[in-house]
Amino acid sequence: MRPSWDFGLGPGRLEALWNESAEVRGESPGQLAWKHVKASRAMRACLLLLALVGLTSLFAPLLPLPSPMALALETEPRPPRLFGSGQAWSAADYWELNPLDEKLLALRAKLFGEWQTPAWMGTDAKGRDMLARIVWGSRTSILVALAATLCSLLVGVSYGATAGYFGGRVDNWMMRVVDVLYSIPFIFLVIFLISVLNEYRSELSRLGVGPMTVFYVVIGLVYWLTMARVVRGQVLALRESEFIQAARAQGASFARILGVHLIPNTLSVVIVYLTLTVPSVMLFEAFLSFLGLGVAPPKVSWGLLAAESIEAINPIHTFWWLVVWPAAAMGSTLLALNVLGDGLRDALDPRHGKSNR
Amino acid sequence: MSTPLLEVRDLAKHFPSRGGQADVQAVDGVSFDLRAGESLGLVGESGCGKSTLARTILGLEAPSRGTVHFDGQSLGELSRKSWKAIRRRMQVVFQDPFASLDPRQSVLSILTEPLVIHGLFKPRERRLRALALLDAVGLGAQHLHRFPHEFSGGQRQRIGIARALALEPELLVCDEPLSALDVSIQAQIVNLFVELRQRFGLAYLFIAHDLAVVRKLCDRVAVMYLGRIVEIAESEDLYAEPGHPYTRALFSAIPVPDPRAPRPRAAGLRGEVADPRERPTGCAFHPRCPRAEEVPEARCRREGPALLPRRMNANGPARTMACHLAPAGQAER
Ligand SMILES: Nc1ncnc2c1ncn2[C@@H]1O[C@H](COP(=O)(O)OP(=O)(O)OP(=O)(O)O)[C@@H](O)[C@H]1O
Ligand SMILES: [Mg+2]
Repeated sequence: MRPSWDFGLGPGRLEALWNESAEVRGESPGQLAWKHVKASRAMRACLLLLALVGLTSLFAPLLPLPSPMALALETEPRPPRLFGSGQAWSAADYWELNPLDEKLLALRAKLFGEWQTPAWMGTDAKGRDMLARIVWGSRTSILVALAATLCSLLVGVSYGATAGYFGGRVDNWMMRVVDVLYSIPFIFLVIFLISVLNEYRSELSRLGVGPMTVFYVVIGLVYWLTMARVVRGQVLALRESEFIQAARAQGASFARILGVHLIPNTLSVVIVYLTLTVPSVMLFEAFLSFLGLGVAPPKVSWGLLAAESIEAINPIHTFWWLVVWPAAAMGSTLLALNVLGDGLRDALDPRHGKSNR
Repeated sequence: MSTPLLEVRDLAKHFPSRGGQADVQAVDGVSFDLRAGESLGLVGESGCGKSTLARTILGLEAPSRGTVHFDGQSLGELSRKSWKAIRRRMQVVFQDPFASLDPRQSVLSILTEPLVIHGLFKPRERRLRALALLDAVGLGAQHLHRFPHEFSGGQRQRIGIARALALEPELLVCDEPLSALDVSIQAQIVNLFVELRQRFGLAYLFIAHDLAVVRKLCDRVAVMYLGRIVEIAESEDLYAEPGHPYTRALFSAIPVPDPRAPRPRAAGLRGEVADPRERPTGCAFHPRCPRAEEVPEARCRREGPALLPRRMNANGPARTMACHLAPAGQAER
């Protein structure tokens, strides 16, 4: 049965109305939030800093930095210096690169030739350039953060949304599982898992699972729990709201309600929560690497740098550059993420938009 | 007479409550008919189960007991596919215009979504139809690409109505669509409801607190108390002379012309609205009824009166109501 009401508007009039309607565009809540973010100087600064960190870590091989891995025969760390240059570099100074990185490295050779920056941030006890180590170290830290984030997004959001939507017994069981996992002290859980899996390192690598993958998966396994709770709470509240009821009354399917109405409306909370997850994952990576359970040399990470810098603090001679630069890099990134998360929470608050209430 | 559009029989909805308490009997045995094109008002104090009744009829809650027939089809036995077909014919307008629209959808996608769900029209036709719907509820085309937060309460309620009309329903269930609006806006929306009904031959199940609005909009009125209908009558008759003691009390309460004022409570009644968990024995209204003593042998406490055509006194009006004061007479209709 085709709808047949007569609205008393001819096709010509409708066309005219359509043209008229095109003249006014509203602002979606997303656009409003973006405007709010752009309007704030602090938020712009944070975004810029994060973009910078992201880009340098992505294009690290392209930069004319000394190798972060190649050792030099030094007896002690050298302080930062602005001028002068070290020895020439060669591709042999880098190892365990993926094909893309090798291409970038080749491009670098074309762009900058032999030239590389002097040790602007000093060198460490093994003669490795600190700036290079910080830039390359950010790659690991960011990758861990992204892996945990992705995991908490995929698993946490779908798990939480399903529990919240069905409610009742389903919700009860699903959330009890989360509670049980939650109640296990999670640092112990991770340390335990990593230690056990390290025992089977050779078996795992035969299966093509490297130690880093294990590390990512274990961290991801832990971080989806909170996300599931956050999303479930949101969905539980939204489920009873009238626009969801209206969609149901129209005959919308479960997938449609979940995908078109529920999940997009939890997105603001999810984004805010993510910006706060990333710093905590980075810190956790640092903590594990510090304990020697995370990243193993020759790979670098911010956590590893922090761990090494501790050794540099001694009563006889403080090699300050080993402590200050990694701390500054990590601190400013974490601060930017936190400020961004806080600002986004305000910007995405639905009450933020003007309402007549 | 032909089959009514909506036939509700002994419908009940009980919510289990936590901690071993008795169930909440939000709706407990409601029966009524609604003819095509008819407008039935539903009034009663807050918490008497009006919204729950509406939601159960719409299939948003599964009934605990009883049946709903729409155009002769029993909704409880429908397959998923036929349910979807019924949904096109029965739509809903909610109370809170701030909660009833998805804040992330533009007006265009709000109005075309029902058409998308039911696979009606091509994208272009849908857009033109959204414009026609906007026009029908008195909103200009310039609002098409705007978002809910950019509208006032009255405008949002119009959008909610337009969305409900998109599928060309025969029955519109309205759950207090005016309560959240300012008085001046209320009048406009009431006029819109009147106009739409004339234009498209809609039937309404109209829940409201404002008795003046119900009088203007509804052909018949059902009065609910604690999950049951205590009286149902043509609105002319009911407004001329309320029959049931509860209706009398309700109608003696003067509507307060301020939407933020507390909901009008039935005046002249003793005690609080009873808790639907502890439904009084017999006639649920008897603890508060000013005339319960007039019935001999405490019958009101022992025995629940049936909803039947009754006569209050020898020359009084004949009414369909549930009260022992009026002996059940011969059915007049
Ligand atoms: N999902 C639910 N679970 C438990 N109890 C409920 C639920 N929904 C409603 N109730 C209870 O059922 C009773 C009737 O509620 P309902 O919302 O239908 O009343 P109402 O007549 O619409 O009131 P109002 O005029 O305030 O909107 C109330 O006591 C309420 O607490
Ligand atoms: Mg209600």
